[in-house]
Amino acid sequence: MTWLKHSIMFPSVFTDKLLRWVLRSGAVVSALVMAMIMLFLLVESWPVFQHLSLTRFITDSSWHPLEDAYNLMPMLSGTLFASIGALFLAIPLGIASAIFIVYYASPRSALLYRRLIELLAGIPSVVFGFWGLTTLVPLINQFHPPGASLLAGILVLTLMILPTIALTAYAAFSAVPNEYMRSAAALGLSRWGMIYGVVFPAARTGIVAGVILAAGRALGETMAVLMVAGNVVQHAESLFDPIRTLAANIALEMAYAMGDHRSVLFVSGLMLMLLVMTLSGLAGWLGKNRYA
Amino acid sequence: MLDISAGRSRYIFRDRLIQLLIYTAVFFVSAVFIWILADLVRGGISHLSWNFLIDSPRDAGRTGGIGSILVSTILILLVALVVALPLAWTTAVLLAEFVPVTSQFGTMVRYSLQVLAGVPSIVFGLFGNAFFSIYLGLGFSILSGGLTLACMLLPILVSTAEAGLRAVPDTYRMSAAALGMSRTATLFHLLLPAAVPALAAGLLLGIGRAIAETAALLFTSGYVERMPGSLLDSGRALALHIFDLSMNVPGGDAPAYASALVLVILLLVINIFSMKLAFGLQSKRIMPA
Repeated sequence: MTWLKHSIMFPSVFTDKLLRWVLRSGAVVSALVMAMIMLFLLVESWPVFQHLSLTRFITDSSWHPLEDAYNLMPMLSGTLFASIGALFLAIPLGIASAIFIVYYASPRSALLYRRLIELLAGIPSVVFGFWGLTTLVPLINQFHPPGASLLAGILVLTLMILPTIALTAYAAFSAVPNEYMRSAAALGLSRWGMIYGVVFPAARTGIVAGVILAAGRALGETMAVLMVAGNVVQHAESLFDPIRTLAANIALEMAYAMGDHRSVLFVSGLMLMLLVMTLSGLAGWLGKNRYA
Repeated sequence: MLDISAGRSRYIFRDRLIQLLIYTAVFFVSAVFIWILADLVRGGISHLSWNFLIDSPRDAGRTGGIGSILVSTILILLVALVVALPLAWTTAVLLAEFVPVTSQFGTMVRYSLQVLAGVPSIVFGLFGNAFFSIYLGLGFSILSGGLTLACMLLPILVSTAEAGLRAVPDTYRMSAAALGMSRTATLFHLLLPAAVPALAAGLLLGIGRAIAETAALLFTSGYVERMPGSLLDSGRALALHIFDLSMNVPGGDAPAYASALVLVILLLVINIFSMKLAFGLQSKRIMPA
């Protein structure tokens, strides 16, 4: 049976060593991608740090990059308003969806609805944007022109982050130990009493981590918001005012930006990434300390 | 007794109300999903035909089809996968099989990938533009678009493959060690074959992510709608085509609807397949060798 040895085993010591090297270098390259992204964002935005003071992003009179006015605040407020609005709608809807799947639906409809949410998560942002542009914007326009507005942005964003919230909340609910339910039922708690009094506290960190993840996604979303939000650089005074987000600003102006203008766009990209990194770090930390 | 029953009826009322609210939310979400799909089908189905799929766009996309766009999309996707898959799978194997969970190197790689997963796609676009298009001099090309996408796909490919490898029962590794198999042989003959469904599911997820992407390709693979002649030509991806038709081309709605319909059908098929694979994985953990 020596032939078996040759067909199953590679010449052991040498290939194992080789394999280890191959794997190690692959992993190093994968890890380097993130460092490269950081490096290039910093390098490209370096000119701005060198000869523009950072306060100018707040104190400049407006955003007119061709005339050296770089006030990023209207776009920051647009980004925050849109994200917060979307979270405001998506959190109740997402958690209700998760509760429905775990505690109310029959197994059949639970599976069906979960699949629907998963498919919703797979719809690309440009399709959401396109649908918003052709359906939502005209609809809002009938009530309150111009239609392309903060509200349209919020609604489209809601649809995009709802699956994230629903699926993470679903995972958190499923992880609540069954004994908790049985004890609650034995105490005579009603279904909502059980969900509110037992499940929510037990699943809280998981849900919060999901919400933070969704917030990161909302802040960074580009195309869908760009297509429906009107892209006027201003502080929104009502839901029906058009706004421009930081990410949309990059996508809109990158094509013709030169010199300082280009660097400022990289700075806003850097800002966006730091915001999202902080949020995802927070979510990861929460996930890790779930039982602490 | 009276007190208690009065209290109880209040609870019953409250429970009913909340149940109603939850069902309303679920109905609302399902209705919007169906609304979106119905809209796309209604707007796109009349424009959709075999010729639409194989013709090249004419008159900025108002007439003609999406033939060259589909070719560019597939090329971008292929570049991304050819680069990302080997990297991702070697990283996953290393993380799952060769370094302890607590090792410094492993933690560092995992952390960096976790951060990478959260980076917004427009930032990938900025990076791709600065690094691949300008620094490496690839310009606006399918190659730089594909490489940018490869960076974006890494985290999802690694995490699915790592989870798949970890789901292979430890008895496999111990039996292999007892038989005196080398680790390389164990990996290629036992672990990877056993993890194939997970690898495939991750691959499909990655493909779905890649063909849905717009923002990262905006300044890397470019806008040119001609049939690409080589990987260094600019090529417009399908998602970008929809964006351009709906934002920059007056009267481009009908082809935009049809392109969006094509994209969504593609993605639904891919997602359903990957769900099937993941589901099969759950129902029978141990694969027949």
